[in-house]
Amino acid sequence: MSQTDSSRNQDVLVEAIDLKKYYAIGSSILDQLFGMKAEYVHAVDTVSFNIRKGEAFGLAGESGSGKSTIGRLVIGLEQPTSGRVLFDGIDLGNLKSEELRRLRRRMQVIFQDPMASLNPRMTLGESVSHGLRIHYPERADEIRDVTMAMFDKVGLTPPKYFYNKYPHQISGGQRQRVVIARALITQPDLVLADEPIAMADVSVRTLLLDLMIRLKKEFNLTYLFITHDLATAKYICDRICILYLGKICELGNLREVYANPLHPYTQALMAAVPVPNPHKRRTTPLPEGEIPNPIHPPSGCRFHPRCSLAAEVCSREEPLLRELKPGHWTACHFGENFIG
Amino acid sequence: MMNESQNLLSPQPSEEPLVRIDDLTVTYYTRLGPVNAVDHVSFDIYRHEILGLVGESGCGKSTLGKALMRMIPPPAKISAGSVLFDGEDIMTYDDDHLRDFRGRKISMIFQDPMTSLNPVQRVDQHLEEAILVHEPKTLKENITARIHSLIERLGIQTRRLTDYPHQLSGGMRQRVMIGLGLVLNANLIIADEATTSLDVIVEAKLVEEIRKIRQEFGVSILLITHNIALVAEAADRVAVMYAGRIVEIASVYDLFDHPLHPYTQGLLASVPNIRLDEQQELYKMAGEPPNLTNAPQVCRFHPRCPHVMEICRRIKPDLKQVAPGRFTDCWLYQDHPEKTKPTIKVNA
Repeated sequence: MSQTDSSRNQDVLVEAIDLKKYYAIGSSILDQLFGMKAEYVHAVDTVSFNIRKGEAFGLAGESGSGKSTIGRLVIGLEQPTSGRVLFDGIDLGNLKSEELRRLRRRMQVIFQDPMASLNPRMTLGESVSHGLRIHYPERADEIRDVTMAMFDKVGLTPPKYFYNKYPHQISGGQRQRVVIARALITQPDLVLADEPIAMADVSVRTLLLDLMIRLKKEFNLTYLFITHDLATAKYICDRICILYLGKICELGNLREVYANPLHPYTQALMAAVPVPNPHKRRTTPLPEGEIPNPIHPPSGCRFHPRCSLAAEVCSREEPLLRELKPGHWTACHFGENFIG
Repeated sequence: MMNESQNLLSPQPSEEPLVRIDDLTVTYYTRLGPVNAVDHVSFDIYRHEILGLVGESGCGKSTLGKALMRMIPPPAKISAGSVLFDGEDIMTYDDDHLRDFRGRKISMIFQDPMTSLNPVQRVDQHLEEAILVHEPKTLKENITARIHSLIERLGIQTRRLTDYPHQLSGGMRQRVMIGLGLVLNANLIIADEATTSLDVIVEAKLVEEIRKIRQEFGVSILLITHNIALVAEAADRVAVMYAGRIVEIASVYDLFDHPLHPYTQGLLASVPNIRLDEQQELYKMAGEPPNLTNAPQVCRFHPRCPHVMEICRRIKPDLKQVAPGRFTDCWLYQDHPEKTKPTIKVNA
């Protein structure tokens, strides 16, 4: 896994090193009394990657692939079972909770459902300015002006109109703008966006996407963009990391990966995405079955039971993530065969 | 304008439609006054076709789907219009007749199959029950034979018949739901966001399955979805809904090649496309869909429309045929004495 070592330098904002997150299940006191062995959900299993300053790094995969868990590990919302996260060179695992809290100013989150992320009893102004009050108590007298300016930046105009409104009084698209404003008000370096536009309708979605791209430039942000939608990722991500059952299958520049996917899973995933053109209906066959149980993941390559090209070695040996083209990594024993 | 290689199964306009929906209106009686979630909608569903019904959340597409089964609970009500199913007006049905109609003639699958299937009933028990409720005199061995042959045609192994819903994968559960409609030889299956909660590979396979089922069982399928790309993948014809009204109907090829209604045009231009060489930029449609409690009574899209004319703000357009098989409710394509701009002619 030289992927992290080779580029440990100033351009890197986040380094995830051999991250593992296992969740114990079914180990109640009764189970333990009867000598039942604890079982674990292998949500994230030895995952390493770098996020470079100023890039939009996409994490994509189906449900259960571990993408959201990785996001939560990266901003220290959860502790890894093993492995480390370095944020701007600072090891999150070594921080006291007060230090982590202070560092949080630099990493903010946007979740999928804005209605669930906003306090229904706080006005939009209170919600957005909350982070300011916590992280910049000395700037109390500027809070209203700074917040109004942020409303303006995210397109909630006129800010005065929105400032004293409550979440239920505005539309879904506007609510997500409020969440974006709240994330940016502490001037973060990293924004974790976990399916930020998945709930919005098509016509609203492009506006939010456009807003996120604009704000990224304006505030010099780095995005960790989590999505199940590879088509949407095309419009915002610079690099993409494809996950399957807690492991990285493929990682590289988005356009490079989409043009020449080197992992059979990435190929299947891309083929399955419906294309809005009835003349180009999919004809390639898709893998059988569904994503397996993460409690007992398959041996060797985790995709091998569904892979049409699986050979004997695939069930026996776990493939390493290898750099087969400059900056383009894949974890398939036969990745070379797909280089086009 | 277009002459695409049409799907062989595309409906013939001369054919008697399976369902004829005329002026259908569903009204919710709210504190803020009556709201038409479905506002004077008319269209046909042909035999053996997959009709895609697309629209954004709150446009009334699910309410419309439920209205076709007369499953509209208070405070909402079907306040106007008729639904002719196989020539019969379902509005005249009494409760018994309606119960028989639902299930036997028409069947519905929803987004979450786990809430539609009984968690303590096996797959075979679900299917048996469906048969016995509607055809109580069926012999036991005939039931078993029917269930077995159906389940095999659906691509489910017969050993799964004794499984409970939680033992099945999401895609399998939806196939069982489809099976519940097919076991009684329903003529129409309404799939309301039936693939939405599935992962992309499983979703694509279910869509494939739906096309096969149409072919094999000769049913009509109304595919209700917000996913426009999915409709391109699966449907023969497409109806686009906006704020309670149908704004355009066309064959899937006509619609995607040359959308007529400005809303459809905007919608298609904003759909992300995974192909690197297509749709490099997404169109940014201004505004958001109207709140139906005070939606404009004229063209409901006019506040967002880039081609808005004077007449659009004053007179409501109707859904009219502007070329063979192409319907739209836009003044750009319809004549009116008060119009100042020339009408756009749509070639057949």
